[in-house]
Amino acid sequence: MHSSDWLQLAIYMAALLAITKPMGLYLMQVLDANGRTWLDPVIRPFERLTYRVMGVDRTREHGWKQYTFAMLLFSLVSCVFTYAILRLQHLLPLNPQGLGPLSPDLAFNTAVSFTTNTNWQSYGGEGTMSYLSQMVALTIHNFASAATGIAIAAALVRAIARNSMATLGNFWVDLVRTTYYLLLPLCLVFAVVLVSQGMIQNFNGYTKAKLTEPYTIQVPKLDDKGQPVTTNAPVLVQAPKLDAAGKPVLANGVAVMLDVPKLDEKGQPMTTNLPVMVDQVVDEQVIAQGPMASQVAIKMLGTNGGGFTNANAAHPFENPTPLSNFLQMLSIFAIGSGLTYYLGRMTKNQAHGWSVWGAMMAMFLAGVLVCWWAEARGNSIHQALGLVATDGNMEGKEVRFGIFNSSLFAAITTAASCGAVNAMHDSFTAIGGLVPLFNIELGEVVVGGVGAGLYGMLVFVVLAVFIAGLMVGRTPEYLGKKIGAYEVKMAMLALLVLTLSILGFSAWALVSQWGLAGLNNAGPHGLSEILYAFSSATGNNGSAFAGLTANTPWYNVTLGLAMLIGRFLMIVPIMALAGSLVRKKISPPSAGTFPVSGGTFILLLVGTVLLIGALNFLPALALGPVVEHFLTAQGKLF
Amino acid sequence: MTSKATSLFDAKIAGPAVGEAFRKLDPRLMVKNPVMFVTQVGAVLTTVGIFTATADRGFIAQLAVWLWFTVLFANFAEAVAEGRGKAQADSLRKARKDTMARRLRDGREERVTAPELVKGDLVVCETGDVIPADGEVIEGIASVDEAAITGESAPVVRESGGDRSAVTGGTKVISDCIVIRVTSEKGNTFLDRMIAMVEGAKRQKTPNEIALTILLSALTLVFLLVCFTLKPFGIYSATVFSVPVLIALLVCLIPTTIGGLLSAIGISGIDRLIRRNVMATSGRAVEAAGDIDVLLLDKTGTITLGNRMASEFIPAPGVTVERLADAAQLASLADETPEGRSIAVLAKEKFQLRGREVADTHAKFVPFTAQTRMSGVDLDPSTAAPAGKSPRQGDGVRRIRKGAADSVRQWVLNQGGSYPDAVARTVEEVSRQGGTPLVVADGGEVLGVIHLKDVVKGGIKERFAQLRKMGIRTVMITGDNPLTAAAIAAEAGVDDFMAQATPEQKLKRIRDEQAAGHLVAMTGDGTNDAPALAQADVGVAMNTGTQAAREAGNMVDLDSNPTKLIEIVEIGKQLLMTRGSLTTFSIANDVAKYFAIIPAMLMVTFPAIAPLNIMHLQSPNSAILSAIIFNALIIIALIPLALKGVAYRPVGALAILQRNLLIYGLGGILLPFAGIKVIDVAITSLHLV
Repeated sequence: MHSSDWLQLAIYMAALLAITKPMGLYLMQVLDANGRTWLDPVIRPFERLTYRVMGVDRTREHGWKQYTFAMLLFSLVSCVFTYAILRLQHLLPLNPQGLGPLSPDLAFNTAVSFTTNTNWQSYGGEGTMSYLSQMVALTIHNFASAATGIAIAAALVRAIARNSMATLGNFWVDLVRTTYYLLLPLCLVFAVVLVSQGMIQNFNGYTKAKLTEPYTIQVPKLDDKGQPVTTNAPVLVQAPKLDAAGKPVLANGVAVMLDVPKLDEKGQPMTTNLPVMVDQVVDEQVIAQGPMASQVAIKMLGTNGGGFTNANAAHPFENPTPLSNFLQMLSIFAIGSGLTYYLGRMTKNQAHGWSVWGAMMAMFLAGVLVCWWAEARGNSIHQALGLVATDGNMEGKEVRFGIFNSSLFAAITTAASCGAVNAMHDSFTAIGGLVPLFNIELGEVVVGGVGAGLYGMLVFVVLAVFIAGLMVGRTPEYLGKKIGAYEVKMAMLALLVLTLSILGFSAWALVSQWGLAGLNNAGPHGLSEILYAFSSATGNNGSAFAGLTANTPWYNVTLGLAMLIGRFLMIVPIMALAGSLVRKKISPPSAGTFPVSGGTFILLLVGTVLLIGALNFLPALALGPVVEHFLTAQGKLF
Repeated sequence: MTSKATSLFDAKIAGPAVGEAFRKLDPRLMVKNPVMFVTQVGAVLTTVGIFTATADRGFIAQLAVWLWFTVLFANFAEAVAEGRGKAQADSLRKARKDTMARRLRDGREERVTAPELVKGDLVVCETGDVIPADGEVIEGIASVDEAAITGESAPVVRESGGDRSAVTGGTKVISDCIVIRVTSEKGNTFLDRMIAMVEGAKRQKTPNEIALTILLSALTLVFLLVCFTLKPFGIYSATVFSVPVLIALLVCLIPTTIGGLLSAIGISGIDRLIRRNVMATSGRAVEAAGDIDVLLLDKTGTITLGNRMASEFIPAPGVTVERLADAAQLASLADETPEGRSIAVLAKEKFQLRGREVADTHAKFVPFTAQTRMSGVDLDPSTAAPAGKSPRQGDGVRRIRKGAADSVRQWVLNQGGSYPDAVARTVEEVSRQGGTPLVVADGGEVLGVIHLKDVVKGGIKERFAQLRKMGIRTVMITGDNPLTAAAIAAEAGVDDFMAQATPEQKLKRIRDEQAAGHLVAMTGDGTNDAPALAQADVGVAMNTGTQAAREAGNMVDLDSNPTKLIEIVEIGKQLLMTRGSLTTFSIANDVAKYFAIIPAMLMVTFPAIAPLNIMHLQSPNSAILSAIIFNALIIIALIPLALKGVAYRPVGALAILQRNLLIYGLGGILLPFAGIKVIDVAITSLHLV
């Protein structure tokens, strides 16, 4: 943990703090149907035209049901549209590689994934998606799903700020304005900056390079139908080597272990199906090309995270320089952070906005420090073997970024429900990997996905205010709005859905052959991989603890469902909550109402998130990363 | 029903409560409390597990026993709270014993039993009669012993007309005779409502209680999911989680502490009100009392002592103060109002003018009327020889008047006298100080001014300061003019006042405050207060008040003490605070329980996680059992707190929050670590596991 790293962390936090207010102020204008921005002269005509084409009356506001219905309808139509393109990409233009159509389950998974702002990728981008699919089918969602999240957050914030009203705004106006005034201009500028750092932006076919040093890899042997060929192999276990006298053989005081066949109850050797592997010589490398910068800009700003390439932000084209890395990390938090300022501004309680931001940052920094510490400390087994990299656990990390930037990126991308990665979380130490997993399971409320993070956090604010309100002897109220049975019910419903999806699907995967079929690692690490996959899908994060072969029909469907549940089954109760809040009268604050700002409130909010949001996952985490951590300390690997 | 606190575990209450705790195991009752119902189902399953298990039977049996204890302890808490109310209900019920009534019908009297009375019947009650039903005195005046409901032995006066016309069934007439119009029928009388309330028979969950129950049920559902899915997680990890152990984990995680004490907290909140002689018509009203942020208080009787007192004689130029005092005393001799008496007393104390017998003076007294707004005396010197002084020479009859400045001025001018400017200035000065000026005139001559002063109750200013810290704004309501009102408001330290208030203005003020998002409480007694009492979020009617007022309010103060509103607010706040604090405590407890149970569950398969057993519990079984025992015992340990309520201090909300977060939040995290460890050591040394 070098001082330069500390300095970088400080610069990162300072930069984030600096952009929060301007972003919030700009959001005030964007999310106001009559707001004014300096882009009006350019964009206003397009905005008007869009409304005319869509038949939207800009001045008509929606109640929560209409607003939610519009959002669901839009999501459904755009999801089906994407599904169609993915299934038909071989017939459509901009496919220089001649890539074939996606299978139905993969297309479903992918369409859902991008609609829900998850960007879980069961595929490798460069090997599966045509340029048209990337640019139209997927990128459209990168914008639309981000704008949808922001719209929902805006509706909820309006519900809190408005006094005894019925409407929450107009979904179509929010969607259009967020896309036109916020996302498109920001992405345009950001893409140009990224290109300046060396990120590519072209429509060329992939280039092939002859390797100077060809090498051999082992790949599963496939039969005529393309299925892996398997063979029966004995299951081996370790047993101490015995000498003639039946005593264990010791070497340096430690028993020497041998692999021996594992026997079943009848004393017969147990066997298992193993894939037959064959050698394959690799003598050329395919270098992906494409319109990357434009994709990456929205991937980060919209907390989508779906990589253009499979390696995502670890790929030299997709993250060329330290500056590009820094800017990408900053852009992940930019809008989510600005939304907290928007919250404060709208509710005329800026201290509250900053306190919500403060609670997010407290949890974020705790995560960063733990993850960074664990990675810097390294892997005890590597160290015992003398393989120690001087600088901690470098496995699965891009050497250009190193321990700190990988840990920071991992914490940011999981805290913010982005899912872009510049290192493989699967290769983190047990505790280092626990942090991203935990971040997701907090409910993606540490800044969170654009919009989604704020509305998720506000659910916790409602619960925190409810319990604390009782504790000060008043019917709980949040910024003057009484929190009653209905609000508590909706807030808890939103949380319940997350727990159900994450734990339910994980449990199913762990005991079903379809679930276990995708595992490449055994033991607690395998459990972490499955838990991570469903947490990531439900939390609409999209990052993966690689090591899980998720492109199977079962995983594509279950993960797709988890994404739908985590997005829409959470939004509906939250919108119902908004619908109820907006109708409420605002009571003026008095000395009897505790302030929703300041240190005590931050502590309260963090405590609520941890105790009500995260406590549910402790047993599962104990069986995954926690057990793995202690076993690693004993020298066991998975 | 004095506020004497019965001991929490009084044998008279605790004994029956034990039996009651078992009776409440009926699943049809249990299902109303989802948290405890889940615990009960867990207890049943674990009990079954004793017989189906192949190993560890002793351990499972102990688990089952403690799970049953958990449920029983919760039931016991509720039963104790109810028992305390029942004791009071029983004494009330004695008063309800069926009495005979003398019904007036077509001018004839007939004897019927009380239950036969219907609304609108007229009933005669004489000395010694028990009043058969709630009603309104329409004829006569009587003193009534209301000890049966108020516990106060001094009789109170009830009379027709005015604000003291309501009588309560079950009370006893101890002198005179009254005619009462029955206003409520059997089953719906004040006494019936009171009994139902203390017994909790009609107790409905209050809004906050419903919201909290939803939160607790949802948490229970979440933890059910956690434990349910843990089974497959275990299968994958080659770890067997037995059903009893999963149930133990579940019961430890779900909020049993608050779930078990929730209804006891609610019942005891109402109980505390009753102990202070306040009857609430619903639990909702008690809860609303905690939310009050505007308090409308009548000046008279609440902020000031009931009556204004003479505090000073200010003579007109050229008049001695003794002469003024003498005339004032003469004019007040027959004035039996408290103000009049205070004038006589002041004259006696300050100038040793002793009271003269009314007969000596051969005087004719002129009483106060609303038209003249004066009172006084006409003395005939030819027949009278006023003690101590020679009568003034001059015209025959000497007329002395005291009264409102403008009335006396008019009276003096009419007799050809003059009204000195100095007196007019004095009048203004007295008004500005919040006093009431009475001008005294002797014939055409103005003698000076009597300063009648409102006396603010001792300690009331501090009380208002406390309220301000609680976030409650006080508004003084008075019929006085704005000048007087402002002066008293300043002296008493209220935040705002309403001068020359009419009932309509009062009602409007309440509506305005409510429209601005405030919750308003007020006290009232008169019939014209009824609309305002009904409109207020918390309306406390005085028991001495009219039946209309008592019907309109949602609380009745049997002591008729308007300052009690402040205590009612505190009780309401305490009720919510206790719920919130125990919820926080309950949820915070989970951290330590995880640290006890999770390592215990995993230890067999993964001995490597031993360092996670930070409490160094002896064995997995001991760890699980200790957590379950702690979970059960904490319910018993917190019953006194649930019944007494978390201490309320009138400090700002933030300070209360910080304090309770520290005690119940941080304390809730730390205490179980110590508690579970102690239990672990105890049960291991007893070789229970």
